Amino acid sequence: MPGVDRARQPESTAAAPEGGRFVFRAVVFDADDLRRAHTRIAHEIVERNHGASELVLVGLYTRGVATAERLARAIESFEGVAVPVGALDVAFYRDDIGLRPVQPLGSTEVPVDVTDKVVVLVDDVLFTGRTVRAALDALTELGRPLAVQLAVLIDRGHRELPIRADFVGKNLPTKRAEDVRVRLAEVDGGSDGIELWGPVGEAEG
Amino acid sequence: MKHLLSIDDLGRDGIVELCDLAEAFLEVTRRDIPKVPALRGKTVATVFYEDSTRTRLSFETAAKRLSADTMSFTASSSSVQKGESLRDTAQTIEALGVDAMVVRHRAAGAPHRVAGWVDAAVVNGGDGRHEHPTQALLDTFTLRRHRGPDLDGAHVAIVGDIRHSRVARSTTKALAALGAKVTLIGPPTMLPESLDGWPAATSCDLDAVLPEVDVVYLLRIQHERQDAMLFPSLREYTTRFGLTVERAARLGTDVLVMHAGPMNRGVEIAPEIAEAPRSVITEQVANGVAIRMAVLYELLGSGAPVA
Repeated sequence: MPGVDRARQPESTAAAPEGGRFVFRAVVFDADDLRRAHTRIAHEIVERNHGASELVLVGLYTRGVATAERLARAIESFEGVAVPVGALDVAFYRDDIGLRPVQPLGSTEVPVDVTDKVVVLVDDVLFTGRTVRAALDALTELGRPLAVQLAVLIDRGHRELPIRADFVGKNLPTKRAEDVRVRLAEVDGGSDGIELWGPVGEAEG
Repeated sequence: MKHLLSIDDLGRDGIVELCDLAEAFLEVTRRDIPKVPALRGKTVATVFYEDSTRTRLSFETAAKRLSADTMSFTASSSSVQKGESLRDTAQTIEALGVDAMVVRHRAAGAPHRVAGWVDAAVVNGGDGRHEHPTQALLDTFTLRRHRGPDLDGAHVAIVGDIRHSRVARSTTKALAALGAKVTLIGPPTMLPESLDGWPAATSCDLDAVLPEVDVVYLLRIQHERQDAMLFPSLREYTTRFGLTVERAARLGTDVLVMHAGPMNRGVEIAPEIAEAPRSVITEQVANGVAIRMAVLYELLGSGAPVA
């Protein structure tokens, strides 16, 4: 892919405490948990939409794209339908341009016309909702979907906009200052897993 | 990055970063709706004291595709005719609420002076014989898209009036920064008096260099240079330095032809060669919009606090 690949940027400026160091708190998902979550979400998507023929999965860079590809493979394995997978970069639609360095993470590539399709936006972690807000704007410029749904691996709360997910791997209560770290083998190397990290010196809980 | 005045401001890393960013913007320009809201509310003014169509249109298109507002100033239809100074003009334009100014001027260093007078970001849109950094960036971007991100070892021949060319100077520096080998070619009257500041070799014999090159980059021959006695006739120039059909036939199949425009077909380039598949001249124009989007985005949207 000719796109730009940079380190994942924080979901929100609030995610990193001032000068803070993060320490490991807990395992949220191990590789098996993650596999089961993918399988369940894939089934829920097909069930909700009465099949997979009108679906397009659109992942948000970087781990949302990898997750969308995994969901598409899962759907193909049990439903026999190859669901198109797209990749969306939302950098130029964000509302914090000028407040922090906002750089694109990849090249937007949606292989089919989304007009009159059911688009499932896919991301790893749902936090403030601002990324999804930007994604809705970016998607709208590509066409007029029949409906847009949202699938995430982790919903960690702290929404700042009226946005909710349709498909959730796990609802995880977090503190604002904590960090949910998602590792996907094809992006990060190593084994799959999701962990909760928190700032040093703060009590757990 | 506060201003873009010279290719020297960027260095290798800065050039690579802007080219990578331009890749994302190139994808934007190819959409049905080739526009993103990234610079909504910002205003970009083109302040041109010299004639230009493509550079000004390219910057204005880039700004509009980022949803910035644009203003256009041309010296020929302004208070400059009434004697207003560059400084007063720049400060007046800034007072209108401009976030970035693209300045083109026949005097070398004019954009640098403007940058000292205003708080707005200043982009050098070409100053005298000095620099044209966004042209150099779009040339580098175009070459990287064909040859891969690393230009190490690529041999580029730049042919024409090197001495009077800001494009040659900026592009040579940018390509050399990424590891390309540059040979400047033209009659002795058109080569630099000194190679100080030119990371390049020179030659007066195009035919001797052609078998070794990967890219032939042609500069426009300005008719007024003939009056300055830099070469005897256009016909003689074409015979010795023009990329004729016959010369192009001797080039390897993967050798690219570039031109900064506007072209003098039949002088420095044969019309058939300008249209040939190896020619990336129209691609340079399209890439120019993407790279200028990257420059404006980096200056106005990068998150650097604007003083």
